[in-house]
Amino acid sequence: MRHLLDTRTLDHATAVRVLDVAEDMADTQSRQVKKLPTLLGKTVVNLFFEDSTRTRISFEAAAKRLSADVINFAAKGSSVSKGESLKDTAQTLQAMGADAVVVRHSASGAPQTLATSGWISAGVVNAGDGTHEHPTQALLDAFTIRKRRYGADSRGKDLSGLRVVIVGDVLHSRVARSNVWLLSTLGAEVTLVTPPTLVPQNVSQWPVRVLFDLEQALAEGPDAVMMLRIQAERMHAAYFPNEREYTRLWGLDALRVERLPEQTIIMHPGPMNRGLEISTEAADSPRSTVLEQVANGVSVRMAVLYLLLAGERDAREGVQ
Amino acid sequence: MSENLVITGARSTAGDAIDLVIENGVIAEIGTGLSRSGARVIDADGLLALPGLVDLHTHLREPGFEASETVLTGTRAAAAGGYTAVFAMPNTSPVADTAGVVEQELALGEAARYATVQPIGAVTVGQKGERLAELGAMAASRARVRVFSDDGFCVWDPLIMRRALEYVKSFGGVIAQHAQDPRLTEGAQMNEGAVSAELGLTGWPAVAEESIIARDVLLAEHVGSRLHVCHLSTAGSVDIIRWAKKRGIDVTAEVTPHHLLLTDDLVRGYDARYKVNPPLRREEDVLAVREGLADGTIDIVATDHAPHPSENKACEWQAAANGMVGLESALRVVQQSMVDTGLLDWAGVARVMSTTPARIGSLAGFGSLEVGAPAHVTLYDPSVQGVFTEADLHGRSANSPYLGRELPGRVQWTIHGGTVTVEDGAPVESLA
Repeated sequence: MRHLLDTRTLDHATAVRVLDVAEDMADTQSRQVKKLPTLLGKTVVNLFFEDSTRTRISFEAAAKRLSADVINFAAKGSSVSKGESLKDTAQTLQAMGADAVVVRHSASGAPQTLATSGWISAGVVNAGDGTHEHPTQALLDAFTIRKRRYGADSRGKDLSGLRVVIVGDVLHSRVARSNVWLLSTLGAEVTLVTPPTLVPQNVSQWPVRVLFDLEQALAEGPDAVMMLRIQAERMHAAYFPNEREYTRLWGLDALRVERLPEQTIIMHPGPMNRGLEISTEAADSPRSTVLEQVANGVSVRMAVLYLLLAGERDAREGVQ
Repeated sequence: MSENLVITGARSTAGDAIDLVIENGVIAEIGTGLSRSGARVIDADGLLALPGLVDLHTHLREPGFEASETVLTGTRAAAAGGYTAVFAMPNTSPVADTAGVVEQELALGEAARYATVQPIGAVTVGQKGERLAELGAMAASRARVRVFSDDGFCVWDPLIMRRALEYVKSFGGVIAQHAQDPRLTEGAQMNEGAVSAELGLTGWPAVAEESIIARDVLLAEHVGSRLHVCHLSTAGSVDIIRWAKKRGIDVTAEVTPHHLLLTDDLVRGYDARYKVNPPLRREEDVLAVREGLADGTIDIVATDHAPHPSENKACEWQAAANGMVGLESALRVVQQSMVDTGLLDWAGVARVMSTTPARIGSLAGFGSLEVGAPAHVTLYDPSVQGVFTEADLHGRSANSPYLGRELPGRVQWTIHGGTVTVEDGAPVESLA
């Protein structure tokens, strides 16, 4: 794997391989000594143009457990008019000898620009770009769904036949986009449930079904329900009348949780708005995978960095 | 210096072999077997003779943005593309909203000599859309402005638009509207559709253009004024113009070369060379604007030549500037999209790229090859093919979407008022 920029172009075999390597990584994390020497001498730069403590520390933990050197670069102001350009920042990192750059940016496509511009030779990992994609989030979500379903027998399996409902602001969600592509590549059936104002105007080419009615989607007893975060700035832009109405129509409240089949899991990429898109009952119930997602995130990001930096060697070499 | 020229063996747009004699900057004779002693002979065997091209929509960037383009470099690029006149948009710094600025623009063009520069005046002061600029003073100035536009911004306030349409009637002016509803395009990055949904870029919906055009044709009808629609880009816009013309409304419309050829699929790589306003649209829209140009619904092709320095394009998509350079490639793109597809013949090309733009802009002396007219001539070889490269660009900026793309044709000679500005495929270095 040269870069990880999106899940739309990730093929089935590669996706399953990332998840399987992540299983191996997860196994090492139950040992007393969690650190592996695999990426000793490699430099991973966390280049964050947008605040995200959660994602940054997840990548940082992943890189450190593989013994890579980690540099955190918080770059504020991304446009030409505001401070240093993406190009100059990239060339600076190149001069410092970065082997991999984990980039978070508010502009959709910035990681792809970085990877294809010729400014830098490092592998690029997209850690979330604008409203485009967040591929490692989708990989950790897929990992979590698979793990809950197949447990210790997860290796080699995909998500065929599983039904996943994604609820909320799809229009502005990079998590939703990455999950749509990845989960369907892995064989899952994806249903989006959104207010009509918060789904892109033309999703005819997406491998999904779009519903506006949450009750209808939940009545079908899906295997997983993924709640998306509603961001504060959307509430003041007339996408829906107010928070109360949003919660009433598209929030996962206690009553809705009660009616779900026992095996249905509840997912959220965090950070959660308790009482808005998700109730405390839902977030803290045994079916909630919120904290597993965080833990799995480290394993999945270890796998991605490993596959990016350790080349095409056998995935298990140096791991078992 | 204008010299006496004999062009031999050219082919007219009707397909006839013609020679042209140019004396003192004027076409002196058109026929066959012509010669003049002492005149320079241009062997135009196999070349198509077109009336010198006229671009109704050029951004020359001077004064104010000389790092992107100057009047000199922009008109040199124009000559390289076969243009002999360009209408300069007023979004300079200062904005061309007074007689002084348009006269300065005119003077810079006269000094450059590669092409006639006809300034366009701003409709509103500072292009802010709030109050009318001194339209009458610009019309009465030495630049005799007849086209007014806030291009880059829409004259959005319907009352200001109405007043502007009415006001320019007294001197035969026309308002060239950049049709874009600002509220519907807040933060817009590309065409709103299947591709924007996938790329996570804020959409620029077709309705934001179409609703303004619909409003403006109704306003033009109501006040009995003339309206020109800049860079029309959607199938729906073609339908509205078609309806308006059938109804007898005095409206003309332009399409850019890039909207005749390129689609929003190209945005997938986030390469900001494809970022332009209005944005590249769907395949259906490309086919509709071609059809509209072929059937006369769309009157002209105009380049919207918009130079930008490389740092404004070599960056993340969202931070990049809108616009493409287009003067050097326009005729070749029109050949590929309209002529080679059988939609338009060469007489049609002369009409949409020379005669009609000159008429819309009330620019005398351009748009036809006839005895007694000023000698503005473009000699074009449609039989060759080539990859478009930076060597084909002659302005100050290289933000062309065609770099690396195969295009037909080649401009071999451009003659501006009897002065050779392009010689055997290359712009003349110095016109002193």
